[in-house]
Amino acid sequence: MSDATPTPTATPERPQLPAQSPPVDPAETAVAGDKAASAGRLSWWRGDGGDGAKRNLGLIGVLAALIVVGAITKPDLYGDPNWVWNNVLAILQLASVVGVVTVGMTFVIIGGGIDLSVGAIVALAGVWCTTVATQSYGAAGMIFTALAVGICVGLVNGVLISYGRLVPFIATLAMLVAARGLAASISNKQTQVSSSTFINDIAARKVIGIPILVYILGAVVLAGWVVLNRTTFGRRTIAVGGNPEAARLAGINVRRHTMLLYALSGLCCGIAAIMLTSQATSAQAAMANLYELDAIAAAIIGGTLLSGGRGTIVGSLLGVIIFATITNLFAINGLSIEAQNMVKGGIIVAAVLVQQFQFKSVTRLLARNRVTTAT
Amino acid sequence: MALPEDDPATASAEAVAEAPLVEAPADTVAGEVVLRLTDLVKTFPGVRALDGVQLEVRAGEVHCLLGQNGAGKSTLIKVLSGVHQPDSGQVEWRGEPATFANPQAAMKAGIATIYQELDLVEDLSVAENAFLGHEYRSFGFVRRGRMARHTRQILSRLGHGEIPPGRMVRSLPAAGKQIVSMARALSHEARLIIMDEPSAVLAHDEVGNLFRIIRELTAQGIAVIYISHRLEEIREIGDRVTVLKDGRTTAANLPARDTPTRDLVSRMTGRTIEYVFPDRPSDDTAGADLLQVEGLTRAGEFADVSLNVRAGEIVGIAGLVGSGRSELLETIYGARLPEAGSVRMNGKVLRPGVGAAVRAGMGMAPEERKSQALLLGEPIYRNVTLATFGRYARLGFTNAAKERAEADRIAETLELRPRDVDRPVRTLSGGNQQKVVVGRWLLGGTKLLLLDEPTRGVDVGARAELYQVIRALAAQGVGVLLVSSEVPEVLGLSDRVLVMREGRVVREAAAGELDENTVLDLVMAGSLMEGAPA
Ligand SMILES: Nc1ncnc2c1ncn2[C@@H]1O[C@H](COP(=O)(O)OP(=O)(O)OP(=O)(O)O)[C@@H](O)[C@H]1O
Ligand SMILES: [Mg+2]
Repeated sequence: MSDATPTPTATPERPQLPAQSPPVDPAETAVAGDKAASAGRLSWWRGDGGDGAKRNLGLIGVLAALIVVGAITKPDLYGDPNWVWNNVLAILQLASVVGVVTVGMTFVIIGGGIDLSVGAIVALAGVWCTTVATQSYGAAGMIFTALAVGICVGLVNGVLISYGRLVPFIATLAMLVAARGLAASISNKQTQVSSSTFINDIAARKVIGIPILVYILGAVVLAGWVVLNRTTFGRRTIAVGGNPEAARLAGINVRRHTMLLYALSGLCCGIAAIMLTSQATSAQAAMANLYELDAIAAAIIGGTLLSGGRGTIVGSLLGVIIFATITNLFAINGLSIEAQNMVKGGIIVAAVLVQQFQFKSVTRLLARNRVTTAT
Repeated sequence: MALPEDDPATASAEAVAEAPLVEAPADTVAGEVVLRLTDLVKTFPGVRALDGVQLEVRAGEVHCLLGQNGAGKSTLIKVLSGVHQPDSGQVEWRGEPATFANPQAAMKAGIATIYQELDLVEDLSVAENAFLGHEYRSFGFVRRGRMARHTRQILSRLGHGEIPPGRMVRSLPAAGKQIVSMARALSHEARLIIMDEPSAVLAHDEVGNLFRIIRELTAQGIAVIYISHRLEEIREIGDRVTVLKDGRTTAANLPARDTPTRDLVSRMTGRTIEYVFPDRPSDDTAGADLLQVEGLTRAGEFADVSLNVRAGEIVGIAGLVGSGRSELLETIYGARLPEAGSVRMNGKVLRPGVGAAVRAGMGMAPEERKSQALLLGEPIYRNVTLATFGRYARLGFTNAAKERAEADRIAETLELRPRDVDRPVRTLSGGNQQKVVVGRWLLGGTKLLLLDEPTRGVDVGARAELYQVIRALAAQGVGVLLVSSEVPEVLGLSDRVLVMREGRVVREAAAGELDENTVLDLVMAGSLMEGAPA
C-alpha cells in the first residue's frame, strides 16, 4: 500500500491496489516472492517441465508392461537378480547412443523444427574421426574432430533453415543424402578401424560396475534437462517453437536461435559418433542407419509435440529406453527383427494412446483434489 | 465505452454487496421464450466457470450478457453451442429439454455462434470458411459457384461486398476476419445467433453496420445473444440484460436501456467504479523527444508519417481499422522494414529488427493476442516475462521465483482472474489473456510503450486500472504511443492525438482540442480491404 500512484479508481471500501510501478518497492516484491515460491512448491508436478511428469506416468506404465511380458516369457531368467541387473545395464547401453541423439532431436522438435540428418551426421563424424590422418593426432584429435564435424554440419543445417528459409524437412533431408555421400567418399566405402585404445575402451569399460556409455548418456540427459528447464536458452527454445511470431515480437532473435538448435543437434551427433565408433571399434558410412527415425519416434512417444513448443527430456529418455527394452525382449526370446519392427510400430501408437488417457484422467484427478482442498 | 457522464456512479459498496437476484418485468419483449437455462454448472480443472446460471431468451430480442473478465460468458455460450458439455443444469430449447453433443448438433438445432476467438481456417478461402461444415454439395462435389454466390450475397448484406469470396482468409486484416465469421453465422438458418464480443475488433462505423444487421435479424424473429464490455453498445442495441458474476447470474432480464449504469456495474463487479480517465498532469511535464519518426513509408500501408513522442507523454493514434495504424506501430518497432524514412530513439537511428528496438527500450503489445503475443500452452508467468526473462537470469540460468513474483505483481494490479500465475494461458478468458499481453511490458525497464488496442476485451474495472497504470508509467518518464479503435479512449487517455486516414496523418492536436465527433469525421472514408496485403 503506497500512495505513489495517483487516485486509485475504486471506492475506499475496496482494498487498495499496491503501487504498480518500476522502481519496485523491495519489501513488496519480497512478500510476493515468498508467496510465489510457496505456490511453486505446491505445484511442483506442473513446475518447470510443464506437465511432463504426468505424461511420463503413461510411459512408465508401458515400461512396466514390457517387463511383465519379459517375466512371463522367461521366468527363469527374470528370477535371477544378477541376470536382471546385467540385463538392465545391457538395455541402458543399447539405449545410450540413440539416447544422446534423441536429446538433440528433442530440442530441435521443441523449437519447431525436425532434423532428418542425425544418422548421416553420426556416420560422417564417425568416418571423419577415424581417417588415418585424424587418428595420427590421437584420441583427443579424434574426439575434437567428431564434435567439430557434428557442430559444423548442424550449423550448415541451421543456416540453410533460418537464413536460407528452407523448410527443415527439406534441408535436413538433403543433408541426410549429402552427408552419407561425403562419408562414403571419405572412407572409400571401407570400414575404418579405430586403433585408439582410449576410444575403444569407452564402450568396453565399466566404472563401479556401470558402463561408461551409460554415464555419457546420463550426463547428456542431465545437461539437456538443465538447459531446457533452467536456462534462457531452453526458455527461448520453447518460445520459438510455441509461437515464433510472439517470440520475435518479444525481442527474441528467432533465426539465430533456430540455427543454434541445429548446431546443438549436430553436437549430440558428434558425441554419439564417438560412442558408436567405440562400440564397433571402427566406423563406416552406413553406420547409425535410420537413427533419425528412432530418435524422432522416441521424442514423440515421450510427449514432444511435433508442431513444437512442448516436450520433455525425461519423456524422450523413457521413449528411447522403451525401444531398447523391446529390442532386448525380442533378443532374449529369439524373435526376428521383422516381428520386432511391427511391434515397435504398435507400441508407438499404444504409448501415445495410453499417454493421452493417463494425461487426461490424472489431470482431472489432481484438479478435483485441488478444488476440494481450495474451497 | 465510457460510462455516460450524467451518471457519476456513486452508489456505496455496501448497498451493492448483497444485491439480490433481480427479475425485472419482461414486458419489453413480446416474443415467446426460445431458450431457458436453469442452474447450469460447468467446471474446469480448478475452476467453477459456471456455478448456477439462469438465462431466458425470447424470440426477436437482443439479450445482452454482461460480466467481468472470467465471469463465464464465453463458457456459457460454448455450452450452448455444443463446444462444452455442462456438468449439471437444464437447457430448454424451443420448449424442449436439449443437449448439444457437439457444435454440429447445435447448428442443426438452429444455434449459430460467432466466437470470441476467431475460429477460421486461415488457408481456406472466404467462401469455404463461411460454409465450412455445411458446404453445398452434389454427388460428393462441392458446388463452388453456388457457394461463392451465396457468400457474396451475405457479405454485401454485411456491407462488405468488396471482400472477394475466393480470397484466402490469411490475407485479410483482423476486422475482415471478423466479418467472415459473421458471414459464417449468417450462412446457417439460425433461430438464435450468439455473438461473443463481436465489436472488439471492429471500428466505429463497422459497429453501426453490425447493429443494422442485428436489427434485421431480430425483425425476422431471430433471437440474438450479444456480449460486449462496452455499455453504450448494450444501451443502443440491447433489449434485456443478464449479468454474470463469478459464474452466477446476479441479475436477470434487466431492461437494457433504462437500468442505471451504476446498477449494472455494481452487479458485475460487486463494487462501484468511478470510471474516469486519470487526470493529465496540469502543466506540461513531458521531457525531451524520445521517439522521432520521419517520413516513414510502406507502400499500400502508410505514407510519409512523421511523429514524435516525448518522455512522459502519451500520444494516441485514432483511425479506422485498415488505416495503417497497426502497420505503422510494427514498423516503428522494427517488425516490418520501412521503405523510406527513419526511426530514432533518443536521437539515434535504430538498426532494423525487433532486437534493436527492444534493446533501445521499446516494447509493443501487438494487436492479435493469440497469433502475435501468447504461448498458449505455457504458464502465465512465462508469458508475462517472455520479453524480460533474460533480465532476471544469471549466467544464463533463469530465475523462476523472481519471474513468478513479478508476474504475480502484474496479475494483482490488472486484476487477473484467477490469479494463479502457474496456469497455462490457454485456460484464461479472453480479457484476462489480453491483460497478460499488455502486462508483459509493464514490468519496468521499458522506455517507450507501443500499445495496439490494449483494452480489447478487457472489462470496465480492469480497464480503469490499466489506464491508471499507463498514466503512472508516463509520470515516471515512459513515453507511450497508443493505437485504439475507441475514440473516447484515445481522447481520454492521451496528451496528444494523431488522426490517421488511409495511411496518412491528417490531423495532430492536443487531446483537449478534439472531440469525438471531430475525430470521427476525420477518420471516415476508406474500407476494410485497404492495407491488406495483396
Ligand atoms: N478450457 C479451460 N480450462 C480451464 N479453465 C477455463 C477454460 N476455459 C475457461 N476457463 C476459466 O473459466 C472462467 C470463465 O471463463 P470465460 O472465458 O467464460 O470468461 P468470460 O466471461 O468470457 O471473460 P472475458 O470477458 O474475458 O471473455 C475463467 O476463470 C477461465 O479461466
Ligand atoms: Mg469471453
